Amino acid sequence: MSSTGAGMIFLLTLLLALAVSYRFLGDYMYRVVSDAKHWRIERGVYRLVGVNADGEQSWGVYARSVLAFSAVSILFLYAFLRMQSLLPLSLGFDNVMTHGAWNTAVSFVTNTNWQWYSGESTMGHLVQMAGLAVQNFVSASVGIAVAVVLVRGFARRKTDQLGNFWVDLTRITLRVLLPISILATIVLIIGGAVQNLSGGTDVTTLAGATQHITGGPVASQEAIKDLGTNGGGFYNANSAHPFENPTSWTNWLEIFLLLVIPFSLPRVFGRMVGQNRQGYAIVAVMGILAVASIALTIGFESAHGGTVPQAVGAAMEGKDVRFGVPNSATFAAATTLTSTGSVNSFHDSYTSLGGMMPMINMMLGEVAPGGVGAGLYGMLILAVITVFVAGLMVGRTPEYVGKKIGAREIKFASLYFLVTPALALIGTAAAMATKNHETALNAGPHGFSEVLYAFTSASNNNGSAFAGITVNTAWWNTALGLAMLLGRFLPIVLVLGLAGSLARQQPVPESAGTLPTHKPLFVGMVVGVTVVLVALTFLPALALGPLAEGL
Amino acid sequence: MTVTSVAPEATPGTAPRAKPVGGGLLDPKQLWRSTPGALRKLDPRSLWRNPVMLIVEVGAVFTTVLAITDPTVFAWLITIWLWLTVVFANLAEAVAEGRGKAQAASLRRAKQDAVARRLVGWGSETVREESVDAVALKQGDIVVCEAGDVIPGDGDVIEGIASVDESAITGESAPVIRESGGDRSAVTGGTKVLSDRIVVRITQKPGESFIDRMIALVEGASRQKTPNEIALNILLAALTIIFLLSVVTLQPMAIFAKGYQGAAPDTEAINADGVTGIVLVSLLVCLIPTTIGALLSAIGIAGMDRLVQRNVLAMSGRAVEAAGDVNTLLLDKTGTITLGNRQAAEFLPVEGVTAAEVADAAQLSSLADETPEGRSVVVLAKNEYKLRARDEGLMPHAHWVPFTAETRMSGVDVDGRRIRKGAAAAVMKWVRDNGGHPSGDVGPVVDGISASGGTPLVVAEHLDGQPARALGVIHLKDVVKAGMRERFDEMRRMGIRTVMITGDNPLTAKAIADEAGVDDFLAEAKPEDKMALIKKEQQGGRLVAMTGDGTNDAPALAQADVGVAMNTGTSAAKEAGNMVDLDSDPTKLIEIVEIGKQLLITRGALTTFSIANDIAKYFAIIPAMFTAVYPSLDAMNIMRLHSPTSAILSAIIFNALIIIALIPLALRGVTYRPSSASKLLSRNLLIYGLGGIVVPFIGIKLIDLLVQLIPGI
Repeated sequence: MSSTGAGMIFLLTLLLALAVSYRFLGDYMYRVVSDAKHWRIERGVYRLVGVNADGEQSWGVYARSVLAFSAVSILFLYAFLRMQSLLPLSLGFDNVMTHGAWNTAVSFVTNTNWQWYSGESTMGHLVQMAGLAVQNFVSASVGIAVAVVLVRGFARRKTDQLGNFWVDLTRITLRVLLPISILATIVLIIGGAVQNLSGGTDVTTLAGATQHITGGPVASQEAIKDLGTNGGGFYNANSAHPFENPTSWTNWLEIFLLLVIPFSLPRVFGRMVGQNRQGYAIVAVMGILAVASIALTIGFESAHGGTVPQAVGAAMEGKDVRFGVPNSATFAAATTLTSTGSVNSFHDSYTSLGGMMPMINMMLGEVAPGGVGAGLYGMLILAVITVFVAGLMVGRTPEYVGKKIGAREIKFASLYFLVTPALALIGTAAAMATKNHETALNAGPHGFSEVLYAFTSASNNNGSAFAGITVNTAWWNTALGLAMLLGRFLPIVLVLGLAGSLARQQPVPESAGTLPTHKPLFVGMVVGVTVVLVALTFLPALALGPLAEGL
Repeated sequence: MTVTSVAPEATPGTAPRAKPVGGGLLDPKQLWRSTPGALRKLDPRSLWRNPVMLIVEVGAVFTTVLAITDPTVFAWLITIWLWLTVVFANLAEAVAEGRGKAQAASLRRAKQDAVARRLVGWGSETVREESVDAVALKQGDIVVCEAGDVIPGDGDVIEGIASVDESAITGESAPVIRESGGDRSAVTGGTKVLSDRIVVRITQKPGESFIDRMIALVEGASRQKTPNEIALNILLAALTIIFLLSVVTLQPMAIFAKGYQGAAPDTEAINADGVTGIVLVSLLVCLIPTTIGALLSAIGIAGMDRLVQRNVLAMSGRAVEAAGDVNTLLLDKTGTITLGNRQAAEFLPVEGVTAAEVADAAQLSSLADETPEGRSVVVLAKNEYKLRARDEGLMPHAHWVPFTAETRMSGVDVDGRRIRKGAAAAVMKWVRDNGGHPSGDVGPVVDGISASGGTPLVVAEHLDGQPARALGVIHLKDVVKAGMRERFDEMRRMGIRTVMITGDNPLTAKAIADEAGVDDFLAEAKPEDKMALIKKEQQGGRLVAMTGDGTNDAPALAQADVGVAMNTGTSAAKEAGNMVDLDSDPTKLIEIVEIGKQLLITRGALTTFSIANDIAKYFAIIPAMFTAVYPSLDAMNIMRLHSPTSAILSAIIFNALIIIALIPLALRGVTYRPSSASKLLSRNLLIYGLGGIVVPFIGIKLIDLLVQLIPGI
């Protein structure tokens, strides 16, 4: 079968599987977050932590809980990394240096999983399992919980009670992420991913040299890495490593895992506001952007007329022959459309326009479908901004699913929208101005792209790297850590604030004068607003990077 | 049985097909007249309220400095056009304000030179009159006004009746009657007594008269930003910050690019120090939403102005905006949905009597009935049966029995024949008292009319020596104004529910509600019921609009989100409402809703247009800035503009001219036809969204064709 035909089947089956899980996983998650009953094991957790599981929180308390939990997580992880050598299963690796530990701690707590290091030669098994993998679960839960709170803001009326962070966190981890990851781990092991606690074996290569091949709890890490849109690989090569991603069908499964929760969350939105069609509209926006982006990435990668690609018949540099162009491009698009950042090919080696696509995906704010939870709340913010302009055009105070978008709401939404572009642009400009871009492998527009990509990835909590740039310096680790931290928690606080002000409102009943937010026209408008706003913000920067190189 | 009916009169108060809401045209001379005002607004202290334009002004100052230190044709042209951008924005606001100023000036004339004749010791034995300046009047003062006097302040008539010329505020030259007590007791300062004498208790505080408030409103002095305007300003500020960031952060990136391509020539756009200041400012000005930023306040002022042109005074912009959001309209039946009073619609005879005979008897018996209902009987008899009204004086031996509230009958006794007409129960009792048995004849007809919501009047005669008998029944019914059903259908399409408020019984109310096509009705409504209905609607999250004139309407007017008081109403009602209709036309509520919507649509449409414009400007400016460094970026120059300098200059000129071009639209408001939200959105998105993308491509290209003729560009 031709590579294109295989690529088409790959994509279509993926779409079909996502469409089926939209309904089932969406409904299941809806039940999880609205269930009145606690599981016994959950009650045990609440007693242990000492929270009243039946008391709900206002947005301020919820936000403080999120921040406190994350702060403790960062401190814990930092300490863990700093004293790695004292811990069991350290495989003899040293303590991680200060700026590296800071960067990694922030990176995993913010669901970014930016990795300045090579996993197999820096982190011991205990750190991987008890430190990083734990954060893979809970940071994903935090994202979903915040999205659920925003949805509650739309669904509830005249209240300041928006749910209980500890309950949401526990339930999402125990009832959603854990079971699916266990299932996925087993399937990945069947597919050939490794799962052991081995310190590795030394093998003699063809050329006669000795290579140390590390084993470890790879499959389990792999499952949550994708499911929770984390992206931090066990190995430096990430999902291009055969121990992480052995075959073409595990490649399919990994892409499915990283898309499945973000694409199902709009269903929770639809169910909670009592109008499934609103969920369909949101998922349609995500779907249109995702399909367009994947198609463009594959297109740019397949059609590029550079000398080398012409000579070898395809742009295969940086891609694994097991996957080929379409499946690599799909993975690249999917990992950057979500906030995963795992890779099965190297974006730096992409054609200049093909390499621009992952960057644009992240610049969209990772909303199509975005990180777990983060994608939904990002998309809802864009819907709010669209509703505001569109609502004025129908002659009414704009409203979205019955809630008025007034000055307070637009303040939260606009500030949210400001954060990540500001971080990405200021970070990039700072790197250029302070000459820290000089650690980049390439000069000229491609070197600039490497810098722009790094800050875009960190600010949007993606974690994928264009690579080609040495970021293991104090400046880079500190700056990217800051970008990740602010890029995660400023938006979360703003989203929770928005939820608080929405929940306080009395909903406006729907009438013929209400802007319908479930029709194709509105879907198209949200797509347009998303693309235009991003284009307007980043076009000058893109012009100096991938566009200068690729046009 | 002959059934006849009258066509509803198409005269006063009918609702003609709604015209699209529009405003006056923009006179080019007005632009010129407003220029000094626009220049005065360059003062940063007044520009402070408009952050977008303030940034443009700061940018203009910066390029001025650059142009002086390093003068080139390009630098000076950019500088001039940046200043023009700010001036054009100020001009929009100045023109909008100018229209109100003219109105204010004529109002001020009405206010001048009023001298009050204050009565001291009112209520005691000795009342003394003294002359004081009108401005010195306090709340509670008693003044007297006679024919020819200007009423010195707002107040209530406490004694007497007078005809008053209110043209100074309403523009309507026909005098109105003002009398003590009741709902027509309010008088407005600045109006003129034409006849008779009234004593007025002043209700205003000094300097807060109706005219004072009107002047403040039309001048825009008391203009505060409305909630939607504030929200929009926040969004525009956020966009401005984003673009500011993308322009500022561009500099280190540009320096890097230029350093990498060291051999690339320095241009007026980029050199070793990065993008030049002039170009950086140009990029910023092109990106920030200057179009909507420039026109936003003009749109708001013009919206209020459009209301004033329709003789409606909104006490706050917030109320105008709320009018666009209204979900439920409460409309009084009488005067709004139906013509003032019930009218005779047909004569229904009993067995053995012709309709003409009933008409004749009905007419005779109604001659002494001065109520509107009675007069409508005479009119119907004349129109349908050619029965000319007989003059009471020509029938000297007739004994006229006038209508009274106690007897509820009127009639005539002439030549041994006694005819009575009146409320069914009263006349039927009269027939029985005189030996007749009316129930069998007219009973079913009376019940039928009542059941259909009409009012039955029975006509009966009593000839000497015979038992009295009923001749027939007059069907009185409410006449729904022409065109109301269409208006209500329109409202429904806009998503607005109409509720008719009436004191009638539920049966009658339902019949009229069905005929007029309102969505719901509130029958046997007392003021408390109205209040309860408003609260109930509001609890459901709906916004309610209503009109009212009486003092007992005041609480409901205050509770409603949009309360339109009639100018003829009491001062309590006018205080309670947030709008006053000087024409006292309750139907105008519908127009107010449309104006409110149009105001919001205009803002939304121009915002969309403004943002959509940026796309084309990017395609002009980015290649202009960077083609010298990366020649491949010339591919983005899809308009094939002449040179980098001509491209940037054309974008800036377009950006300035589009403001001037859109001033008429901002003042007039975008065309609004009542329709569903979906239709409105697709239409406006097509015009202002798609148009906003396409127009600047064409505009910038055309300007470029001219600009390239300038030497040095």
